[in-house]
Amino acid sequence: MAPMLSVKNLRVSFPTHRGRVEVVKGISFDLGRERLGIVGESGSGKSMTGRAILKLIRKPGLVTADRLEFDGIDLRSQSDRQMRAIRGARISMVMQDPKFSLNPVMTIGEQIAEAVVTHEKLGRSAVQERMLSMLEAVRINDPKRVAGLYPHEVSGGMGQRIMIAMMLIPGPELLIADEPTSALDVSVQAQVLDIIDNLVMAKGMGLILISHDLNLVSRYCDRILVMNAGTVVEECAAGQLEQAQHPYTRGLLAAMPVINETRDELPVLDRSQWAGT
Amino acid sequence: MSTRDWLLEDSPHSRLQANAGRAYRVFTALLRNPLSVLGGVIILILVLTALLAPWLAPYSATGQDLANRLAPPSGAHWMGTDELGRDIFSRVIWGSQITLTIVGLVALISAPLGLLLGAVAGYFGGWTDRVLMGITDIFLSMPKLILALAFVAALGPGINNAIIAIAITSWPAYARIARAETLTIRSSEFIAAVQMQGASPFRVIVGHVLPLCTSSMIIRVTLDMAGVILTAAGLGFIGLGAQPPLPEWGAMISRGRTFILDQWWVATMPGFAIIIVSLGFCFLGDGLRDVLDPKSEGK
Amino acid sequence: MSAIRLDNLSISYGDTTVVHGVTLDIAEGESFALVGESGSGKSTILRAIAGLAPEWTGTIELLGRARSHGVERAVAAQCQMVFQDPYGSLHPRKTIDATLSEPLAIHGIGNRDKRVEEVLTAVGLDRRFRFRFPHQLSGGQRQRVAIARALMLEPKVLLLDEPTSALDVSVQAEILNLLKRLRREQGLTYLVVTHNLPVVSFLCDRLAVMRHGRIVEVADVGLLKREALVEPYSRELLAATEGRGGVLDGAA
Repeated sequence: MAPMLSVKNLRVSFPTHRGRVEVVKGISFDLGRERLGIVGESGSGKSMTGRAILKLIRKPGLVTADRLEFDGIDLRSQSDRQMRAIRGARISMVMQDPKFSLNPVMTIGEQIAEAVVTHEKLGRSAVQERMLSMLEAVRINDPKRVAGLYPHEVSGGMGQRIMIAMMLIPGPELLIADEPTSALDVSVQAQVLDIIDNLVMAKGMGLILISHDLNLVSRYCDRILVMNAGTVVEECAAGQLEQAQHPYTRGLLAAMPVINETRDELPVLDRSQWAGT
Repeated sequence: MSTRDWLLEDSPHSRLQANAGRAYRVFTALLRNPLSVLGGVIILILVLTALLAPWLAPYSATGQDLANRLAPPSGAHWMGTDELGRDIFSRVIWGSQITLTIVGLVALISAPLGLLLGAVAGYFGGWTDRVLMGITDIFLSMPKLILALAFVAALGPGINNAIIAIAITSWPAYARIARAETLTIRSSEFIAAVQMQGASPFRVIVGHVLPLCTSSMIIRVTLDMAGVILTAAGLGFIGLGAQPPLPEWGAMISRGRTFILDQWWVATMPGFAIIIVSLGFCFLGDGLRDVLDPKSEGK
Repeated sequence: MSAIRLDNLSISYGDTTVVHGVTLDIAEGESFALVGESGSGKSTILRAIAGLAPEWTGTIELLGRARSHGVERAVAAQCQMVFQDPYGSLHPRKTIDATLSEPLAIHGIGNRDKRVEEVLTAVGLDRRFRFRFPHQLSGGQRQRVAIARALMLEPKVLLLDEPTSALDVSVQAEILNLLKRLRREQGLTYLVVTHNLPVVSFLCDRLAVMRHGRIVEVADVGLLKREALVEPYSRELLAATEGRGGVLDGAA
């Protein structure tokens, strides 16, 4: 079976006064209906990869790829207009902070309803019904009341759940979640990720989870790409993270303190061990 | 090691080198914008003209030659002569001194005053803020030119009083900007850090808040200079600014207005000077905004 | 003698009280953690001790002396703070040298060049960083500068507000090692605010779990390492950290 998303030799570069600098240096991967995690530290190019897939990189940023296909569609040749039809309806993206992604002067219900109406023609009551059931699906207990609230009236965790509802209501086949929980408290993080996980599994969608947190990604994904300085340094199944080979991945794993910490000093990444940094 | 390398060195060895390096980067960034270069060149020419006026001006600014009244532009008088036979080109050159003085003094008086009042109001908040901003609002609520007019009328016409009047009317806008900036800076962590070190409010405002307000202030003052020149010219035009026979550009236009239909050059030539210098300040201000904008810092 | 003693401390912002009657005793040389989620009031306590949140009632004692509500110069020499965001805590227009010299200038201390170089060495920064501007440094280097600034006046107590949560994992390890070494070398007392339990396990001796402005549980770090915290809320936090939060929901 052909993969849902196929990326080959993806490159993203930005001009600086010292010439063009590549932030993603030729990465390739295929994605089926599975959960893929992209892990890396700041500046590794992981977010740019997510944005490049949706063609969200603005000029003067430049995206090139030998192949960038979603469900047989060549994304490289899609016009802005065609991309808008794909974005949201077939590929959705959840960003880091709900505060900046929700429109402050529209109620939550209106915003979610709008997400439906942009991509489908439906009657008013049908839209309302879909909206309320979606809010229920992201475990909002009192959807009728919450639909009438404005974004500033809800907490960060609820805001992120609302974002997820908004992104999933058109029924996309692929969800890209870029640090969806790093603005949230630990206890809420697990809840939000569980919701994403359940919905993705139930609808048989593909998921790309972009995060700096190795543990979190290994918990919620099937496969992991570890990125460093614009390249993929390691690809492994989530369960086999402990057996990671690359010194960078090993260094990252070791540098994290654990609950039953006994080490007196944490090992520090020796960046001279591999090229590219 | 060349001077350029010294300026751009990644790890400077002294305070002087670090600051010179930063100034050099701002300067080179400014050079990349053609319009701001044009603005800078115009301002530079203005300054040079003012400094070198005694040598540049072919005739005296006030010397009359009644036999040669209202002569059109020619090889001898590039911009023609006015109703008293004075060479307009020489008067425009001498006038640049007056313009520069006005611009310079207004900037020196109003910008620091506005900056300080705004920063104090923003930093302390509460009653200090309400009182200071109340005063500022009173000044802001009146049209600038009318207010300047009132001051000049009260103080008596003359170039010095015009400068004072313009300065008095332009500080409130700066106070507003400085206050708004201070409000955001005040709550930042680096201010909390110096407060924790036991710095006095005076030290925090002068040493840490004001340096961050200055770049937006420089931009704003530069952009406002065009307005200042126009206000000064306006005051001169209605006879409340520089008094005859001083070659102030606004006053010159005012005198030339009587002959505008037949001897157009009398009013037009100083008009050109005003437009060009105003544009120069606008271009330079726009360029500075692009360069000094904190968001573009460090790229 | 206790380094920090809080007695029935309540702190408010305007009309809302965010910390309710907190009592704590932190010994000299101890590393103590305040743990909780956002809105639990843990950072507010830190700010009150630092003198940055003046609306409080109760007692705050630093090294045996009750402190007043505002910023005090005498306190400044004893107690300094490291902030969370290395990008917002350094003055963008001042060189590292100027930032580090400032506390010395405020307190009229001479021999600044030597002291600045000393502290830079102590936090592991090369001297070539001395005259750089913050935007020329990485996040980890900036946090080192922030720590250096806090050490300039040779304080006994350091308040650390989420000192590593804005940093990458590998950089976090470097900063944690640095903090641990500095404490050992200079006999410092730490009060660390964090939501990250593994960091507590690495850096601290004791911890207090906070919720809604109240202390839920004070425990030795040994209990945390054995995952033997007593209170239900503490156990919930622990579970969430370990990624077992979902199990409670019956998911996954």
